[in-house]
Amino acid sequence: MASVLPREGDDVLEQGPLGGSPVTPAEPHTTVTPRLPADAPMPRPRPVSGVSGGGVRNVAGAASTGVCVALLLFGRLAPFSGLIGFVIIAYLVFVATYAVMVSLSDDAEMVRDRVMTVVLFTAAGMMALALIFVVTYTLWAGRKALVHLNFFTQDLSRAGPLAPLTTGGVKHALIGTLWMIGLALLISVPLGLVAAVYLNEVGGRFARFIRTLVEAMTALPSIVAGLFIFATWILILHKEKSALAAALAISVMILPIIIRAADVVLRLVPNNLREASAALGAPQWRTVWHVVLPTARSGLATAVILGTARGIGETAPVILTAGYTAALNTNPTRGPMVSLPLAAFELVRSGIPGVQARGFAAAAFLMILVLALFVLARAIGGRGPGNLSKRQARRIREASTRDANRIIASYGSTEKAGGT
Amino acid sequence: MTTAIDSRPAFELEADIPPPSGPPPAAIGLSDRIFKWFVRLAGLAVLVITGLVGVFLFLKAFQALSVAGFKFITTEAWQPDSHNFGIAAVLLGTILIAAVAVVVATPLALGTALFISEIAPPRLKRALTSMVDLLAAVPSVVIGLWGLAFFQGHVVGVARWLATWMAWVPFFKVTGADPTNPLAARSIYTASTFIAGIVVALMVAPIQCAVMREVFSQAPAGEREGAYALGATRWGMIKSVVLPFGRGGIIGGTMLALGRALGETIAVLLIVSPLFKINFHLLQTGSISVSSLIAVRYSDSSAFGLSALFAAGLALFILTLIVNFTASIVVNRSRSGAESQD
Repeated sequence: MASVLPREGDDVLEQGPLGGSPVTPAEPHTTVTPRLPADAPMPRPRPVSGVSGGGVRNVAGAASTGVCVALLLFGRLAPFSGLIGFVIIAYLVFVATYAVMVSLSDDAEMVRDRVMTVVLFTAAGMMALALIFVVTYTLWAGRKALVHLNFFTQDLSRAGPLAPLTTGGVKHALIGTLWMIGLALLISVPLGLVAAVYLNEVGGRFARFIRTLVEAMTALPSIVAGLFIFATWILILHKEKSALAAALAISVMILPIIIRAADVVLRLVPNNLREASAALGAPQWRTVWHVVLPTARSGLATAVILGTARGIGETAPVILTAGYTAALNTNPTRGPMVSLPLAAFELVRSGIPGVQARGFAAAAFLMILVLALFVLARAIGGRGPGNLSKRQARRIREASTRDANRIIASYGSTEKAGGT
Repeated sequence: MTTAIDSRPAFELEADIPPPSGPPPAAIGLSDRIFKWFVRLAGLAVLVITGLVGVFLFLKAFQALSVAGFKFITTEAWQPDSHNFGIAAVLLGTILIAAVAVVVATPLALGTALFISEIAPPRLKRALTSMVDLLAAVPSVVIGLWGLAFFQGHVVGVARWLATWMAWVPFFKVTGADPTNPLAARSIYTASTFIAGIVVALMVAPIQCAVMREVFSQAPAGEREGAYALGATRWGMIKSVVLPFGRGGIIGGTMLALGRALGETIAVLLIVSPLFKINFHLLQTGSISVSSLIAVRYSDSSAFGLSALFAAGLALFILTLIVNFTASIVVNRSRSGAESQD
């Protein structure tokens, strides 16, 4: 900042009578521009984006200094050890060196800017690194069991704790996961979407109350949802632990999530589309079915898929309601059934190395499933309402050409509409 | 037939003609009334389901609460069958783990959100946004296993260093540790609040980051340009425009993350070793949270024990509810929240 302020001695500011304010209220307002002496160099414009060659050299130099100092300290001078400590010391030295290097050519404001840029970069890098660490570690830890095909085609009923990884797998957990998430979605998606339509399209005082309630229920810890089903479905109604019970628990948990996400998406539908539909004489349900829902389709799909990803990885409600079994069970209403996250949890907790390898493989498999769902959500969603893909736009054009032709035909005009 | 129509005045005849297109008004009313009742029914179903959970939670909890009374808040032990139980240790453990998580996650999320919205070039921006969203979707059991099997082993050294050199901070003290003995067992530093908190931080940071990024990207362009025109550096602009504008989002996102951290089950269950005693020493092994208590104790509980678990669940629910509602009020009242609807 300092370089653009007026130099000392310049009479750019008229001091007011109180000494503080430059312009007295009585005087007419005038714009006073700062003046620099004629021989002063023009202040350099601030670089606010982009990377300069000098900047890269500074970063590289400071980074190598940091690593070297840390190497010296850990290897020769001080009795330090440990990877995390090494990284921390190297980083601190790096930032300090970088600040000094920038201060050689720039003012204090610039030094602060550069250092903070590095710090923000580090935060983003750490976040990305954490994701990469978690994903690669999980896949790496699961690689031993994951490479055998039987991992996907067999269950664990014949594979004892000491059985080799070439027998036994998690087919039962995969089937269980599919049943649970399928049933849960069957309950919560229609209910959630219709409820979201209610909150948005009908409204009223009762709807506002429901919205508040839904907001409150998103705070419900997932384990309490499981405990609720455990206490009602299993203890009071005397049903067995089963995939259905787990699906109910998952539904209770993801229903508020889906309603909230769908609510946000529906709110983004432009109101003039609704008004245009109403002006054409459509009843409200037609407006919702033919205008609002198709407009928000990609957003709704994303909401549902992300809710699925959340429900599929949830262990807490399942742990109380599904039971644990090593055998394949394809009946969702009877007998215990296990899901992938629960299998991973139980197998790793067993403490036997061979069994733990299976647990990590189950976690890796779950991770792959969630990754796939996420990619799917990105492919479908990511567009705002009304932003169409090329194919959608073409389909709409064709439909409206058809409509135009039909209208012209039924009103007996000889002219055919061209495809525009 | 024709005479009847002909005998009527012309204006009445015209009034009887239905509009040229669309169904008559009566049909609109009926189909829409059915539609409205149908969607209202869905709203009612949501009310019944969520209301049932809430009411049931209260009723079940009441049984245990009426026995324990005020001692429920002050007792540390958890022996419901001898009527000696309370949430003092459990709830405090939950809060400490969530606090560590938020303290670790906030700088990480804030930095990432600022980097994404202010510094990153467009392509990197999209990639990082996807990465953060993906991290939010990683199942908690996967992060928990990573924390247990990989992260814990590496962070124990840091915990030990903190306990050795920073023991003057009360939270970092570890009783029974012998820093002078280099061969002392490291297990006293494992399974602690600190490690569980860091692992939970990894889960809540992306949520926090998403809220903050959303708010930062709404900072008005005119004010940004104004700051640049006055000679601010990029950090100067962030400090004087983006951060004050996004304060509501920062606080709201942080509280949302806190609410999520309070309810986390599996990662905490995998990492901490249960201890029903108030333990302020973050680095020392042993802690417990409400949700992991429920997961550990539900199966071998009597009917009364279950009611006690419900009471603990209720306490957690109320705590999370307060945190979440405060978060939404803060976000909505702030300048940045006033313009966005969600």
